[in-house]
Amino acid sequence: MAFREYKIGARMFGLAFGTSMFITLYMPAVDIASVSATSIAMDRQLSFGRVGGFSYEDPFLLGWGKPITVQITKDPKTGAAIQSTRAFVYEADVPFPNGIRHPRILGTAPAAASDTKGRIGEADEASGAVFVVREVIEGGVTVPYIENVTATRGWTPSATLAKAADSQRLYVGKGKIMFVREGCWWCHTLLPEETQDWQYFGAPPMLGDFNGESPTAFGSDRKAPDLTHVGSRNSSREWMMMHFFNPRLVQPHSIMPRYDYLWGETDASGKAIDYDGWRSAYTAYANGETVYAPDVPVPAKDSEARALIDFVLNLK
Amino acid sequence: MFKYLFAKAEDIPAGSAAVYFGFSSIVWFVIGTGLGSFNAAKLAFPDFVMGSELLSFGHMRQVHVLAVILGWISMAFAMAMMYITPALGNTKLWSEKLGVWNCFLWNVGLSLGLFLLWLGVSSGREYSDLPWFIDIVVILGVLLPLGINVWMTIKTRRTQGIYTTNWFFGAATFMVIIVFTVGNSPEFFQLTGLTEAYLTWWFAHNVLGLWITPVAAAISYYVVPKVTGNPLYSHRIGHLHFWSVVVFYSTPAAHHLMSAPLPEWLKSFASVEGVLILVPAIAFVSNLLLTMTGKWRMFVENIEIKFTITGVLMAIPLNMQGGFQQTRAINWYIHGTGWIVAHAHLALLGFSTFLEAAAVYYGLQTLLRRKLYSLGLANFHFWMLLIGFTTYWVSMTIAGLIQGAGKIYEVPYIDVIIAEHPYMIARWVGGTMVFLGNCVWLYNMYKTAIAGTAIPEGRLPHELAYER
Repeated sequence: MAFREYKIGARMFGLAFGTSMFITLYMPAVDIASVSATSIAMDRQLSFGRVGGFSYEDPFLLGWGKPITVQITKDPKTGAAIQSTRAFVYEADVPFPNGIRHPRILGTAPAAASDTKGRIGEADEASGAVFVVREVIEGGVTVPYIENVTATRGWTPSATLAKAADSQRLYVGKGKIMFVREGCWWCHTLLPEETQDWQYFGAPPMLGDFNGESPTAFGSDRKAPDLTHVGSRNSSREWMMMHFFNPRLVQPHSIMPRYDYLWGETDASGKAIDYDGWRSAYTAYANGETVYAPDVPVPAKDSEARALIDFVLNLK
Repeated sequence: MFKYLFAKAEDIPAGSAAVYFGFSSIVWFVIGTGLGSFNAAKLAFPDFVMGSELLSFGHMRQVHVLAVILGWISMAFAMAMMYITPALGNTKLWSEKLGVWNCFLWNVGLSLGLFLLWLGVSSGREYSDLPWFIDIVVILGVLLPLGINVWMTIKTRRTQGIYTTNWFFGAATFMVIIVFTVGNSPEFFQLTGLTEAYLTWWFAHNVLGLWITPVAAAISYYVVPKVTGNPLYSHRIGHLHFWSVVVFYSTPAAHHLMSAPLPEWLKSFASVEGVLILVPAIAFVSNLLLTMTGKWRMFVENIEIKFTITGVLMAIPLNMQGGFQQTRAINWYIHGTGWIVAHAHLALLGFSTFLEAAAVYYGLQTLLRRKLYSLGLANFHFWMLLIGFTTYWVSMTIAGLIQGAGKIYEVPYIDVIIAEHPYMIARWVGGTMVFLGNCVWLYNMYKTAIAGTAIPEGRLPHELAYER
């Protein structure tokens, strides 16, 4: 064995590297795994769906197999008026998020409540399900949990969608895919810093705010404003529409790229979008030759632009 | 190359794999820096090439990063390993055929992975963006064959000891497999939330700390003594460097998420531990600079030494930044700003690229038995890289400080963008210089291969005079 004179060295290396891996992998993993999910974490994963990046159900990142977030005011089963409720509709064969598939990651108390009160164990991907986030007070502590309202109240995905008009639907899951695929997170962070961002970008997230979410897409190189709470700062769909089509329409100094290609071929009324015409009209406006900028087409319901705008407006 | 994939092992000339890796790495460097220049132009002029999804910034940025890391830097490492490891063991590469296959699979796998990334097929995790099936190709087709070749070459060496460079090569090829497998485990095992975020940065940190930095340093431990003829100043300091890298560089991954809601003990531990990066850094720099004693004129006259020592000198600001910018006292100001981008380029385009470029210059001349075609072009390459990089680094550092000030004084973000604009243009100019310098390098090495003066038997490339 040519290595015999290095036996001690090899063992020392194993010890050093192994200790380092124990400290940097095992200890943090155990610590992070003990954290219970907050209601924010449940809301996030239920609205995003299973994976926000490459996955079996969506290999080309086109937004396939994602849930729809709805805001309903009528009970889908009885039709009776209810308090405005945010529900996450998983149609048949849309993969459930990680908290439903592996309730353990929600933490002990939320997992138990989701199982007994929320009956998430009865949810079946093949037939779809509708979920809401609830809270219960157990021994003076507020415990968030996921409720499978398909089991508890008989809200089926189709009946729930029937009660949600287009303006009450947010394609957040598909929008997150757009956010990842188009690389929004290369410039916009999703992580207000714990030190200096409180006043400008809002409160930083807490320890349990991410359980079940993948990828977190925090971003590292901030070349543009943090977006974690952007929906609270600016809730105008019109503004977002113009900003995505050509950011220079609303912010002349912006260096954000134009995302007009996410509009696709036609606008909301089914009319073909004339990109070349729009661009030359905009150039004329930017050069001061015309007074008004050309109108931005309204994105179609199933367009990628609509989903991305929904995702951004949903960041509250 | 293709004819050797199925050739008999004894029919493959020694050094083939290293030559293929060498030229592949230069081509990837040209591609990677070309993409970098293109992306930088978009940050300075947002409507430069618009209306195309595939040519948008968000689709090209990660392709630039991984083309440079896995294409240029890692292939140059493989090239260096394939000729330095056998040379230091006084033997031949364990399997030239495995080396040729490794180069083939590497180019195919990386091209496929980057093509998919370009389309937007991404895991959404920085630095480990490649989807998991490409990760498996990288582990099994790229890293493992490379490791096996290096380990077996060290094992079958015909020298009694193992020289410093080969400790690093042997350990780093092992550690990078662990790092790549564990770092991508969130995709393999569907890990989520902060675990995933932490592992993303654990990967990003350790691929730099246990792969790029030690291998680049190991290359200079070979090139400087070999070319100057001076023995390494101290093997003891080499020991200190090696062991402190393993212990101190593998632990502070959490400092990349200093402002994220990770457990506080983890961030504090990482931050304190991170300062200890100065131990291997000082050991490395002092060892190499003391090895140069009496041969400093080669810093001017010899292109390999010029590249290597420039890279070694850049390790000084690199580690001074790296050690302190991750402490809470400084990180709050520069976290997430252009300062970090400048620092990352100081590590990859400054420190490590200069060391690898020397290894590729020296290795290709040695293996092809051809003297470098043109010293003038090589010097042009050197200065384009150095001035281009410096322009980039200075402008991004200033931009980062502006951004940091904007952050703590809560300036409206758009004012930061306006203030940064001149530096974005400077960054683009610097990056473009690097790209143009690399195009010249590719031409120079191509001419070396076909028209360089043959090096007589028993002579080393640096012993011959330059002709152009």
